[in-house]
Amino acid sequence: MARKLPPKDVVIIGLGWTGSILGYELAKAGLDVVAIERGPWRDTASDFPPAYAQDELRYAVRLDLFLRPEQETLTFRNSMNQTALPIRRFAGFLPGNGVGGAGIHWNGQTWRFLPTDFNIRSHLEARYGKEALPADMTIQDWPLSYDELEPHYDRFERLCGTSGKAGNLKGLQQPGGNPFEGWRSSEYPNPPLKQGLGATLFAEAARKTGHMPFPQPASNASEAYTNPLGVKLGQCTYCGFCERFGCGNFSKASPQTCVLPALLRFPNFSAQTDSEVTRINLDSTGKRATGVTYVDTSGEEWEQPANIVLVCAFALFNVRLLLLSGIGTPYDAQSGQGVVGRNYAYQTTSSVGVILKDKILNPFIASGAHGMIIDDYNGDNFDHSGLGFVGGGYMGFGQTGARPIQTRPVPKGTPKWGAQWKKATADTYQKAFSLSTHGSSYSYKDCYLDLDPTYKDRLGRPLMRMTFDFHANELKMSAYLTDRLAEIAKAMDPAEITPGPRKGPYDSTIYQTTHNTGGTVMGADPATSVLNRYCQSWDVHNVFVPGGASVFPQNHGYNPTDTVGALAYWTADAIRDRYLRHPGPLV
Amino acid sequence: MSRKTTPVQINQVKTKTAMDAPFPTRLTRRAMLASTAALLVAGSTIARARTLNGAMPWEPGATTPPTLVRPGPWMFFTADEAALIEAAVDRLIPPDNHSPGGKDAGCAVFIDRQLAGPYGSAAGLYLQPPFMPGAATQGYQMPDAPAGRYRAGLKALADYVKVTYQGKAFTDLAPADQDKVLTGLESGSVALAGVKAAEFFALLLQNTQEGFFADPIHGGNRNMAGWILVGFPGARYDYRDWVERHNEVYPLPPVGIMGRSDWTVKE
Repeated sequence: MARKLPPKDVVIIGLGWTGSILGYELAKAGLDVVAIERGPWRDTASDFPPAYAQDELRYAVRLDLFLRPEQETLTFRNSMNQTALPIRRFAGFLPGNGVGGAGIHWNGQTWRFLPTDFNIRSHLEARYGKEALPADMTIQDWPLSYDELEPHYDRFERLCGTSGKAGNLKGLQQPGGNPFEGWRSSEYPNPPLKQGLGATLFAEAARKTGHMPFPQPASNASEAYTNPLGVKLGQCTYCGFCERFGCGNFSKASPQTCVLPALLRFPNFSAQTDSEVTRINLDSTGKRATGVTYVDTSGEEWEQPANIVLVCAFALFNVRLLLLSGIGTPYDAQSGQGVVGRNYAYQTTSSVGVILKDKILNPFIASGAHGMIIDDYNGDNFDHSGLGFVGGGYMGFGQTGARPIQTRPVPKGTPKWGAQWKKATADTYQKAFSLSTHGSSYSYKDCYLDLDPTYKDRLGRPLMRMTFDFHANELKMSAYLTDRLAEIAKAMDPAEITPGPRKGPYDSTIYQTTHNTGGTVMGADPATSVLNRYCQSWDVHNVFVPGGASVFPQNHGYNPTDTVGALAYWTADAIRDRYLRHPGPLV
Repeated sequence: MSRKTTPVQINQVKTKTAMDAPFPTRLTRRAMLASTAALLVAGSTIARARTLNGAMPWEPGATTPPTLVRPGPWMFFTADEAALIEAAVDRLIPPDNHSPGGKDAGCAVFIDRQLAGPYGSAAGLYLQPPFMPGAATQGYQMPDAPAGRYRAGLKALADYVKVTYQGKAFTDLAPADQDKVLTGLESGSVALAGVKAAEFFALLLQNTQEGFFADPIHGGNRNMAGWILVGFPGARYDYRDWVERHNEVYPLPPVGIMGRSDWTVKE
């Protein structure tokens, strides 16, 4: 029997970006809030202090800050006719763990989706005709517009102290920024980061070939910054240990550096760590949640009653928790019916390796999200007529360091070991870098998440099963984008370039990105979405999934975190201003 | 659910009462701690369920610094295994006038300590059955951990060399023959009894290069040989003055987590 705890107004499952933002906003509104986090407490001083944060082996290779598959993993297969097998070691994507979640180990790339991304299906059908979209492509319009979300993007960027240059201020084009971005109500809170030689050479080549490069928006503070919560960030030192690492310098935006110091001061907020929520409890009608059950590290089970349940885990685990709790109808890929687990999507990335003839690039000097980028081939920023695909992505120079266990470029044909390998490794390190494309991943009928029939977690609950592969549309898109990027690379007068367009099948053993999206999609129609436009469950009105990437109906050509943060604020406002007054379905 | 193994009773929750019943599940202590312990660091403290509010928690000594690896007796390898590994890493990364080889850089010591620790036992990985062969895209699906793979691989390799080279050990072979054996492992053209040669070679090469380029605190990259070879300055904290100094050689020597070798006792 679980021991029953005193009830709370709000229980938050997972204390990462969305959990900490919702916690802050609702505690500030006077609600009694508890956040339950299955991982440990994490902070700069105790977990990644400058004294030893820069340990490539420990953090980037042995994945010290990440979720242990022993605690939870997924099974994976490329297609419905395969048997899914467990991902025994995370490699293709890396879910975070502990307080801060993915907000600790991310790079800080802080992108808004394009205005047309929010009505993607209507827009593409109107411009190219319905036949332009493959029959099994299940993309759908978002249930809210860019204009509605803009103020919330702005709030999240100010929370993070994002460094960048606006390209569109209230509809007026700004030199030096992204000319394709949606309108912004204000300039970035910090100026752009400084750029190294590689990014500078890319920008020159991009301009020469008729493109419009701009500095990548980065939540690595270019200057010391105090955010609206009164929390301070230090200036980024370009140490080159960012993604997969915690920042020892308080420069990378994270729940720890941006929210938690203010949040923990609320007497009506507390966090319970090392405690894993095993299910959301429903009343006898199944239409109202009564709270959650969790298990602590000693193996004891606790019941936390609450009036509102906020599902704030990593995208994949939000989906699994709804499946395990019986909230919403599970998706059935055969019939296309049901919603939970539907429209899982990812990201379609590719690269162009470049070796220059005679340069000293100092590639180890880097932040997590500096770099020069072009957005000419993202979304529907370019005419897709006759190309045979839809979608796109940004591309450019965004190399985030050159830590030598994982970054050792060599010319084509170099042996993998021995004297020649050694010489080539030494000769190439300073002259080489990787350019990359970061493309959309549209959703399809046969790409989805459900519960695995065979494999269980340590508590005996079914693992979630991922069925995913790249489709022809995305592979054509990647080939096209990689060709464009290679053209720019050629304008840099390289000794050698190696274009690597994305090829199928999707390989779970090769790291591509941790931008796993969908499965608890928000939408206008309960037949094709789990959540309404306020990220509220259609079925259980006091359950919200406030903006984890699981709510994305498909994934667009940008990193998800800015949209995740914006949706967290959007949902917090809806709960505070609408739901508390009239608890019930908001749509 | 029934208990499969000894149930957990760590009594970390101080408010236990007589009403408490043990959680009826099949958790092992190790499973319960999977979420919280810094498994990859020897000697780390065990986190426990706790409630946070009021302020950012802080307590002295809560950090989990890495353990300094010093050369010394082998912790995992037998003497014969160690000799073979030292010879092999010195062919994978041969000494030349650019840098020491894998042996003098400590790659074998690095691998030894890694195998004796959490990495060697596949700590934290998902090792529940059933184990079934799958597509390459589904990842490694065998239950054996790196320590066992080395034990089996090194034995099979020693046996292969003995049979193929008239009773000799790998260490007795001329460098050209050692390279020939390693090349055969890499391509899979050398067949090892009960071991997939190419997979074992890939593991050995990966760990050797990890050792050559990891922070010296882990036992390899001795005197920062790997970093000096490529020009990586290591755990440097602040490059702000250097971001925009394009095409200039960064002038400072590398530092590791423990500082620099000439700040400490010479080996």
